[in-house]
Amino acid sequence: MSKEWPLWEVFIRSQHGLAHKHVGSLHAPDAEMAVNNARDVYTRRNEGVSIWVVRAVDIVASSPADKGMLFEPANSKVYRHPTFFPMPEEVKNL
Amino acid sequence: MYTTEFEKQKKLVSTEDPEKLAAFEARVAADEFIEPKDWMPEAYRRTLTRQISQHAHSEIVGMLPEGNWISRAPSLRRKAILLAKVQDEAGHGLYLYSAAETLGTSRQEMIEALHSGKAKYSTIFNYPTLTWADIGAVGWLVDGAAIMNQVPLQRTSYGPYARAMVRVCKEESFHQRQGYEIMMVMCAGTADQKRMAQDALNRWWWPSLMMFGPSDAESVNSAQSAQWRIKLFSNDELRQRMVDQTVPQAEFLGLTVPDPDLKFNTDTGHYEFGAIDWSEFTNVLKGNGPCNKERLKTRVKAWDDGAWFREALVAYADKKAARAAA
Repeated sequence: MSKEWPLWEVFIRSQHGLAHKHVGSLHAPDAEMAVNNARDVYTRRNEGVSIWVVRAVDIVASSPADKGMLFEPANSKVYRHPTFFPMPEEVKNL
Repeated sequence: MYTTEFEKQKKLVSTEDPEKLAAFEARVAADEFIEPKDWMPEAYRRTLTRQISQHAHSEIVGMLPEGNWISRAPSLRRKAILLAKVQDEAGHGLYLYSAAETLGTSRQEMIEALHSGKAKYSTIFNYPTLTWADIGAVGWLVDGAAIMNQVPLQRTSYGPYARAMVRVCKEESFHQRQGYEIMMVMCAGTADQKRMAQDALNRWWWPSLMMFGPSDAESVNSAQSAQWRIKLFSNDELRQRMVDQTVPQAEFLGLTVPDPDLKFNTDTGHYEFGAIDWSEFTNVLKGNGPCNKERLKTRVKAWDDGAWFREALVAYADKKAARAAA
């Protein structure tokens, strides 16, 4: 092989109404072959009703080093969760 | 298991940042998963690259002994099942290559390492499949041993490897059952068929037990791999489980396990079994098994014969891209 096929990330919608979910990756020379290969590699047992393929190089990801900066601010905002507000037993439907 | 642990590992002189190393080991100890972009010690990356790529190579080479019987399966039903199983093995190889690539080694480098003989694959696939009963024995014993090894690996510390194992395990139990079903049918058949089943068990039993790798006392990488959650149970623990689980299955078939020393210990609740001939394992590992040369030759030929097709796909993709750009 003179040049290595690009890497594609594969996302499968397992059933209508659910979001596409990342299932893995594969190599393919173009988008059409990537979908064909994804069908064979990731949906041999009715795992999906729809396939997305995205070139891995086109995905922009957050860096593990930025984890604190990105996600820590949410830690201190517990009032965003309903359990932050205790409700009396006798009050219903809240 | 699907990897061979007799390779010498360079003495570990850790040049890692002790602070980073401690943080990494704390995460692993807390049962967290390590992801591709996370910091990891070089030895962890190297060990996993070797283990996952060997596992992938084993899946790919593992297609050959069974592929040998696709055109000669005894019925259309058996043929369709075997075809599906072999296709699964290809899929498992692909999941694993993808997982290994996330550690920074390209697919092409891994394939070249296999084809040049530099990379290893499981010794089990260097044995021949002589009769149809071998296809039964392979599914029952070889896939059975693989499951025993792979189920714990679903919790291994490297995320992409663990996720690949989840997919593999979901698919693998069909493989073992179809093999056992072949054995059941043959054992309920004519005297000749039952004799074939016994012969297959005789030839596959010991190589299957060797799949778990050398005894714990001889296993070079175990302590570090256990600490890093690359290895969750020792070779001997898994081998014992395999024997305990498989002997009653053989009894159900009315077959005799080819081990005169095999006996159930009522105190421990485990089977005791005879000594394994490790010289055979070492010999097959060194390339002198019955099929080492043929397997590699067939694999390289398939790759070379497919070159024109892979090149055509690239040419077509380039042409389409050029037209779209024009």
